[in-house]
Amino acid sequence: MAQQFQTLDEALEKIEKVRQARQGKFYLKDKTIILSHGSGGTASHNLIEGMIGKIFSNPLLDQMDDSAILPINGSDARLAFTTDSYVVSPIFFPGGNIGELAVNGTVNDLAVSGAHPLWLSVGLILEEGFAIADLKQIIESMQAAAEKAGVQIVTGDTKVVQRGSADKIFINTAGIGLFQFPINLSSFNAQPGDKVLLSGPIGDHGIAVMLAREALEIEADIQSDTAPLNGIIQNLLDATKAIHCLKDATRGGVATVLNEIALSSNVAIAVDEETIPIRPEVNGACEILGLDPLTIANEGRFIAIVASEDAETALQALQNNPQGSEACIIGEVLEEPEGMVFLRTALGGHRVLDMLVGDPLPRIC
Amino acid sequence: MKYIDEYRDGNVAQQLATEITKLSKGHSFKFMEVCGGHTHTIFKHGIEDILPDNIELIHGPGCPVCVLPMGRIDDAIAIAKTEGTIFTTFGDMMRVPGSEGSLLDIKAAGADVRFIYSPLDALKIAKQNPDREVVFFAIGFETTAPSTAVTLLQAQAENIQNFSIFCNHVAVIPVIRAILDSPDLQLEGFIGPGHVSIVIGLHVYEFIARDYQKPVVISGFEPLDIIQSIWMLLKQKKEGKVIVENQYKRLVHPEGNLKSQEVMTQTLEIRPHFLWRGLGSIKHSALKINSDFANWDAEERFKVPGLQVPDPQACQCGEVLKGVIKPWECKVFGTACTPESPIGSCMVSPEGACAAYFNYGRLSMASQRRELLAAEK
Amino acid sequence: MCLGIPGQIVEFIDDEKNIAKVDVSGIKRNINVCLVKEDASLGDWVLIHVGFAMSILDEKEAQETLKFLRELDGSLEEEMKLLKQSDIN
Repeated sequence: MAQQFQTLDEALEKIEKVRQARQGKFYLKDKTIILSHGSGGTASHNLIEGMIGKIFSNPLLDQMDDSAILPINGSDARLAFTTDSYVVSPIFFPGGNIGELAVNGTVNDLAVSGAHPLWLSVGLILEEGFAIADLKQIIESMQAAAEKAGVQIVTGDTKVVQRGSADKIFINTAGIGLFQFPINLSSFNAQPGDKVLLSGPIGDHGIAVMLAREALEIEADIQSDTAPLNGIIQNLLDATKAIHCLKDATRGGVATVLNEIALSSNVAIAVDEETIPIRPEVNGACEILGLDPLTIANEGRFIAIVASEDAETALQALQNNPQGSEACIIGEVLEEPEGMVFLRTALGGHRVLDMLVGDPLPRIC
Repeated sequence: MKYIDEYRDGNVAQQLATEITKLSKGHSFKFMEVCGGHTHTIFKHGIEDILPDNIELIHGPGCPVCVLPMGRIDDAIAIAKTEGTIFTTFGDMMRVPGSEGSLLDIKAAGADVRFIYSPLDALKIAKQNPDREVVFFAIGFETTAPSTAVTLLQAQAENIQNFSIFCNHVAVIPVIRAILDSPDLQLEGFIGPGHVSIVIGLHVYEFIARDYQKPVVISGFEPLDIIQSIWMLLKQKKEGKVIVENQYKRLVHPEGNLKSQEVMTQTLEIRPHFLWRGLGSIKHSALKINSDFANWDAEERFKVPGLQVPDPQACQCGEVLKGVIKPWECKVFGTACTPESPIGSCMVSPEGACAAYFNYGRLSMASQRRELLAAEK
Repeated sequence: MCLGIPGQIVEFIDDEKNIAKVDVSGIKRNINVCLVKEDASLGDWVLIHVGFAMSILDEKEAQETLKFLRELDGSLEEEMKLLKQSDIN
């Protein structure tokens, strides 16, 4: 049977064409919602940019950054506005609970846009039968987290649904921040030559939650890294104005966030595997389960894209803050291949680092 | 990490690569790594980037996820859809497409499908849920078969009745033989599966050297293990030797693990033949649960369609698995078939050659392309 | 295939059920050691695969392999000279 196999060049040609056509375009082909739509990777992008974002489309929304930047009529001042919902299970995990996650997460989305976080709203959806003692503990954590971050919870709402219609508690937080000086941080700003900085060790949160949730029977002393980042980000912005982009590496991990930047800015990003900080226990858990730490969610770490001449200053500013003691430069922005993120391995080879596809299901075999 | 990091030393790797370049000078070599775990390591660390161009690695069908035909996935799905069943599986199988979707799809539609780390966890779930039927989807080569065997023995010893195993274990020797007998294949040697060999030992590979005149080196899974194995193959070629060598001496013994072999004999038996994706039917190439343990055989307990479903038209997984074509030579590679929307299993499994190339190899493809374009100018 | 990882036996939990606790880089898990039971002792390193110890790691062999790899550049120059005389078909 004579079969025509395409050559390498033909294959690359085709893939490139399809990629160009798809660039910035995400397609929703699914007929029902699947869990992957919520994991922050490709499926999430397909849902949001392929359907929801299209229907809601307007210039402010279409930026699709961590916060919406809102102008105020008759003033130079601008507001940052963001929202997030929290459905983590289990609701209490090593290092935190759903409440402080909700406060810190929204504070961080405001902080990475360069705004000073000020006010939060809290929406609670409670399942009938949920223990009041647990609720109180969560609310107290939220207040403590808000105080630590220097924000106030100024409005909220509570709903109760029948047993079975929600899993104990779901929380939505929305936040408003104020831009103190003109600053333009965005995924579209990365320039070839910029350095990529990471604020600390990766994988803690995702692994902590996975070990607490799944019946994997692994004992480990791994804590979620949930924390408010507005303080350390303020230190960074005070130290240098040459910050082009900040993003917190939540769902989908560092890999997903770098891909978002590479796609939006139409650049390539090279990361050096040996520079990436990771705790030995987190590394061990990833090895046992066959997971890539670069795709695991963090709740207290961010990426900074900084002009190369100011990279050292920026790094110093991060390291001077206790939250950034393990900060490091992990890579750089290149001109091409556009839209691609790749890793220089410890061995001296290369591999492409893609956005997370689906859930991080452990590889076993 | 101890016994891992040392085998990932970049400086030693570079030195080894230099030695390999010297040793292989003037000739071309094609070596096949049989095991999916090796394919994964090769790509994860970018090993091909540091090897000289005259050495080509052919990625063989050693990925038990990739070689499972769609019909068996459909059977698994049929079992999982059965009312009251808890279907347990390793993570890798969740997204493999059957004729009408994957285990992940039916999970989204309400089936109780759970991923677990060990078959013993499935047994535990059975004990905790006495009113539900718990099934474990057993896949893997001989590495994983002993764990299935021990689980069966334990189920029997503890008289756990609401538990069964859907057994899809495959054997590595028959598939290597099928590759060797394949007319369109050109190979100079094999990088042998390290963990399978822990169980089955080294003597079983001797026929490859003796009857087919191809050297074999059983390799560990860290980058330096694989690179050293390539060096050992080249050394054999240089010295005119054709033997089975053991690079993975720290874990593999020549006679294998006798206890593992014992428990397998107690509980499992060889199927007369088994359908492999892309490779067709291979005799004596898979394991089933034997009659002593029929009580825990999911194929006895459940009605499964048992159909032989042909691969989708566009899918060229078969050729890729045999190493006849490279992943990018498949017409749908990277376009209609991507890790996100896979057509074939080679793209779903993280150890499949296509997934590895798509995720890890595209960069070298991109630079090769630039060179091609530059050359054209 | 075969995601296996080396871990150290730090405790024997249940002799009848063949359970031992292993440590991998600070992570601990209980695993089944029936496949290596005859020879396994506290402190041994084993290869762990899907919750089972598959084989005991021979630390001496491990060191030999590393030594060989590290010395490949230098001390094998002599052997290489000899090999250069023979040729591959």
